[in-house]
Amino acid sequence: MAQVSFDGVTKRFGDTTAVDDLTLSIPDGELLVLLGSSGCGKTTALRLVAGLEEISAGTVSIGERVVNEVDPKDRDVAMVFQSYALYPHLTVAKNIEFPLRQRGVDKEERTTKVKRAAETLGLGDLLGRKPGQLSGGQRQRVALARAIVREPLVFLMDEPLSNLDAALRVQTRADIVELQNRLKTTTLYVTHDQVEAMTMGHRIAVMSEGKLQQVAAPEALYAKPTNVFVAHFLGSPGMNLVEGMLVESASADASGGGGRGTLSVAFAGASVPLPAEVADSVRGSGPDVVLGLRPEALHLSPDGVIGASVIIVELLGAETHVICHTETGARIIVRQGAGAPKPRIGEPVRIAVEPDPEAYHLFDSSSGNRLGGP
Amino acid sequence: MPADTARAVAPPADVAAASPRMHRPRRRLRTIGSYTLLTAAAVVVIFPIYITVVNSLLRPDQLVQQPPPLFPRTPQWHDYTAAWTTGQMSKYVATSAIMTAIIVVGQLVTSILAAYAFAFLRFPFKRTLFLVCLVTLMIPFEVTFITNLDTVTSLHWFNTYAGLSIPFLATGFGIFLLRQAFLQIPRDLQEAAQLDGYGHLRFMTRVAVPLARPSLAALAVFSFLGAWNQYLWPLVSTGGTTPLYTVQIGLKELLGTEVSQIPVSLAGAVIAFVPLVILLIIFQKQLVRSLTAGAVK
Repeated sequence: MAQVSFDGVTKRFGDTTAVDDLTLSIPDGELLVLLGSSGCGKTTALRLVAGLEEISAGTVSIGERVVNEVDPKDRDVAMVFQSYALYPHLTVAKNIEFPLRQRGVDKEERTTKVKRAAETLGLGDLLGRKPGQLSGGQRQRVALARAIVREPLVFLMDEPLSNLDAALRVQTRADIVELQNRLKTTTLYVTHDQVEAMTMGHRIAVMSEGKLQQVAAPEALYAKPTNVFVAHFLGSPGMNLVEGMLVESASADASGGGGRGTLSVAFAGASVPLPAEVADSVRGSGPDVVLGLRPEALHLSPDGVIGASVIIVELLGAETHVICHTETGARIIVRQGAGAPKPRIGEPVRIAVEPDPEAYHLFDSSSGNRLGGP
Repeated sequence: MPADTARAVAPPADVAAASPRMHRPRRRLRTIGSYTLLTAAAVVVIFPIYITVVNSLLRPDQLVQQPPPLFPRTPQWHDYTAAWTTGQMSKYVATSAIMTAIIVVGQLVTSILAAYAFAFLRFPFKRTLFLVCLVTLMIPFEVTFITNLDTVTSLHWFNTYAGLSIPFLATGFGIFLLRQAFLQIPRDLQEAAQLDGYGHLRFMTRVAVPLARPSLAALAVFSFLGAWNQYLWPLVSTGGTTPLYTVQIGLKELLGTEVSQIPVSLAGAVIAFVPLVILLIIFQKQLVRSLTAGAVK
């Protein structure tokens, strides 16, 4: 087992910078998820650890060793590919055994290890079959067995669940987490699926355009996104982001001096007053800001501060997403519980915000960075 | 399923039943037409071969009969013995077999190595070099004939197996065919093998070659056919007191002007094409697959 570190790592393909000055450390035994949309550089970062791409600048270390110049086979990493990369002409047993053959492991030990890996992943009965005779889930498990059989220092997983159907994905996701917990092997897991990231990662590193946006535990990432990108990317549906201005209204005792007015975010004829705690942390910023409100922090109420009309109502069984447009066309999604009344399409509604200070996220309008502390 | 949905999805019973019935006679006519054409084509191809086999088993006097017999009542197998021994077909077949084996193995090895490089390696001028390989496909052998003969003679390879086979050890067609097959192998497989410690040579032998087996078999068949049926090159690159004649030149040697020699010549012709027939039967599937690759999805 080992720690993996990126230190100022950059990877360029011609004029395109795929990974830009990435500095990140994954402690021994951690499952870190690299999350981002397609083309954000997450897979390239993974391939840099594997040695499948050359590093343009910076260093990658596994344990104490800088591996920039180390051959992929000598890095002691195992990779699970999106396509599984199973050898179609070999049986399951031979596929699992493949990495051991090259390492000069004797036949008896090979057989024992293959058997153990196959049993760990419930493949005992399938050892004689070829990949073409297996289902997607079984192939995925063979790929995992091939990765664990040689007990590497690091697992690298490149979107290993994206070829599975939804039900199997949920099951396999749990299997991988359980396996990683048991083996305690440092794991880098690449995905574009934020549900996978939230449910699997000890920590999540969000990337966009080759840059690391934020790295934190899933709950911290969700509760305190560092910028507009992370705020919108995490959550399903993502955070509502509305551009507005910080406006301070005069307080009753302002003339007496010392007292402060109510700080609100004004937009499109609406004004959302900020709780005192939030107001104190952002006072002096702006005035142009982006107000972020999670759909679950909103509800429809006649006393709501935001006026809007209903565009779409999405029934999802346990919850309903009410998609509204404000007067200026800003799109706001409200998540309602199963018992809440369903509004009609076109109906004018008012949207209220939970009084909890955690419900309010404020970002600088020009930089997109979070206002009011970490 | 709710009743209304079921009604919307299922076509009305009369439409469902009538539509295939309407198309059935037309489809049957088309099938009959196709099979008639195929049968006619097969007869055109097979009949000369059949007549050759029949004539090789007739007595010389039966050969001039009118109408000619279409079935040998008393097959004359001794003409085969004559062709094999006194006609020296055994020697010619052996020479052809050795030359063909060298060419087939040589073409497979060079094509595998070159195609692998074009498919999996990164090197300068890769595209240009591949284009050069393709261009060689467009140059007829006759264009390089004199140069090759000159080279072979100056290397003292005249009338040797080296002279017969070495000019044919590399083929642009083989490189192209195998490169296309190797390109079908997902890059992930190579990268997975790379992480597992397999270098290019081992990945090639353990993964790429086994996966390209159908194309390799097709190349082997094409290569065999080309080498076995060669006539001009063995004719000019061999000679002297003990010429290293191949089976096709041997056949010409068997041809006599007397009617009595015709069945022997025909027996020699049958001996010459039997290996090809066996090969085609064994590799029929691979051959068809490689010829239709890309045409059928």
